[in-house]
Amino acid sequence: MGHETYNALRHFADSWGLLAMFVFFIGVIVWALRPGSRKTHQDAATVLFRNEDKPAQD
Amino acid sequence: MINYIKLIVLGVVAVFALVAANYARDAAYMVHAIIIFLVTAGLFLWTLRSTDEPVPAKVLETSYMDGVVRAGVIATAFWGVVGFAAGTFIAAQLAFPVLNFDWAQGYMNFGRLRPLHTSAVIFAFGGNALIATSFYVVQRTSAARLWGGNAAWFVFWGYNLFIVLAATGYLLGGTQSKEYAEPEWHVDLWLTIVWLVYLAVFVGTIVKRKEPHIYVANWFYLSFIITVALLHVFNNLSIPVSIWGSKSVQVFSGVQDAMTQWWYGHNAVGFFLTAGFLGMMYYFVPKQAERPVFSYKLSIVHFWALIFIYIWAGPHHLHYTALPDWASTLGMVFSIILWMPSWGGMINGLMTLSGAWDKLRTDPIMRMLVISVGFYGMSTFEGPMMSIRAVNSLSHYTDWTIGHVHSGALGWNGMITFGALYFLTPKLWNRERIYSLSLVSWHFWLATIGIVLYAASMWVTGIMEGLMWREVDANGFLVNSFADTVSAKFPMYVVRALGGGLYITGAIIMCYNLWMTVKRSPALEASAAAAHATPAE
Repeated sequence: MGHETYNALRHFADSWGLLAMFVFFIGVIVWALRPGSRKTHQDAATVLFRNEDKPAQD
Repeated sequence: MINYIKLIVLGVVAVFALVAANYARDAAYMVHAIIIFLVTAGLFLWTLRSTDEPVPAKVLETSYMDGVVRAGVIATAFWGVVGFAAGTFIAAQLAFPVLNFDWAQGYMNFGRLRPLHTSAVIFAFGGNALIATSFYVVQRTSAARLWGGNAAWFVFWGYNLFIVLAATGYLLGGTQSKEYAEPEWHVDLWLTIVWLVYLAVFVGTIVKRKEPHIYVANWFYLSFIITVALLHVFNNLSIPVSIWGSKSVQVFSGVQDAMTQWWYGHNAVGFFLTAGFLGMMYYFVPKQAERPVFSYKLSIVHFWALIFIYIWAGPHHLHYTALPDWASTLGMVFSIILWMPSWGGMINGLMTLSGAWDKLRTDPIMRMLVISVGFYGMSTFEGPMMSIRAVNSLSHYTDWTIGHVHSGALGWNGMITFGALYFLTPKLWNRERIYSLSLVSWHFWLATIGIVLYAASMWVTGIMEGLMWREVDANGFLVNSFADTVSAKFPMYVVRALGGGLYITGAIIMCYNLWMTVKRSPALEASAAAAHATPAE
């Protein structure tokens, strides 16, 4: 791989790439902690206590 | 119709394998060709026998596919004992070199058996545990039967064939010398196929789920499957010297190859041994404690933080090498940040017991799961510390590293797998409970004392060795020769082998206990058994 490709990729990685990942990451945390999500999360947390023996039927 | 296509494919592969065995340039390749021939010829006959036979009624979507999970439980217990036995034996070889028998040179000396041990415990024991539990968990939390019908069986048998090929290859010298990625190109290609089917089965089941949410355990399992696929493909980019031989040449060379190897190696730890097993933690700890996970929000943050940070930690394996300083510093910084999500996950697992701490006293299976999370916390503190350049200058290439790996593997991965096996066996075979709780306690204490002996002896010998290597006299000359460190380590090597012996004794007790659970433990009541009824598969 040429030096120019390396440089271009590196610049992208430590600027826009880094920013995009960081923003996504912060977004996920904000989304997880958003107000009003408690009920959804409680429901999700108890999934494993349902349907122990057989699949849910339509 | 599908059987005719199967027959053609199996027949072609069987003939090709025979041709390959004839032209084989090395012993490992020849043995592999013969194994492939036997497997495909056997499958050919089996398919032929069942062709045009009446097709059994399709299994309805009214039950879970547990046959493949049962097979996975058996394979996990079996490979566990094999891997621990190999480990205990090579530990003894290091203490008593005479165990590198003259008559077995080139097959059973330390160098050949060491990758056999690491692959047997990580990929055979750990991999089968991950595949079996992921199939169990994804069905229960999606409220849907596994997608793809017998594809799940293909994954199970295909993966175990990969293990047999890898193990026989190592003994016969078929290795590309990449740590934890030793199998040669033809075995790598087979694993790639199996793994993509595994991904398809897992994702297919999630897609047809009846629950609105994808439970957090499935997020961890899914990240493990996807990342391992990526790691495996990029780290094994190589060109075979001949299609009739196992030797291949790596595409990357020099420092790029080293960096790719440790990007792979550390993420094998991060996604195979951590993310995958965290999937197990997020299912089996709440189930055994009979209460939901401490904080579901924390589990989401835990997941994203872990996968975003782990992927960068690899370069800490290459301090003081040709790797540029900025890259190894990056790896070190991310390793230290990683401490936070790791302990977030540990706290989430442990605090799930809040309000039910008495179970630690009354339930040895719970105790096993909890100590595994405890070991997870310890080794994820030790790891970041060892990644710091100054600490690494003392610890690297010494037995401290080996001790660190084993407190993680024996403590975290081993213990949580044992807990899962104790949980799964009564459920899968419709038994009321495990055969003997006091044998579980025996297993718990033998394994725990074994790990403590192992880790403590490796700390002592590792730090001693590191200090001896760097000791210089007033004139700046090294004080110790390499052989001095070897002879100084002897007592600790004996203690280590002893710890391994205790650990495998516990695992054998577990196998007996699981066997007796299936044979002797009372079956569930008829009404409950009807609900559990397993379909003829």
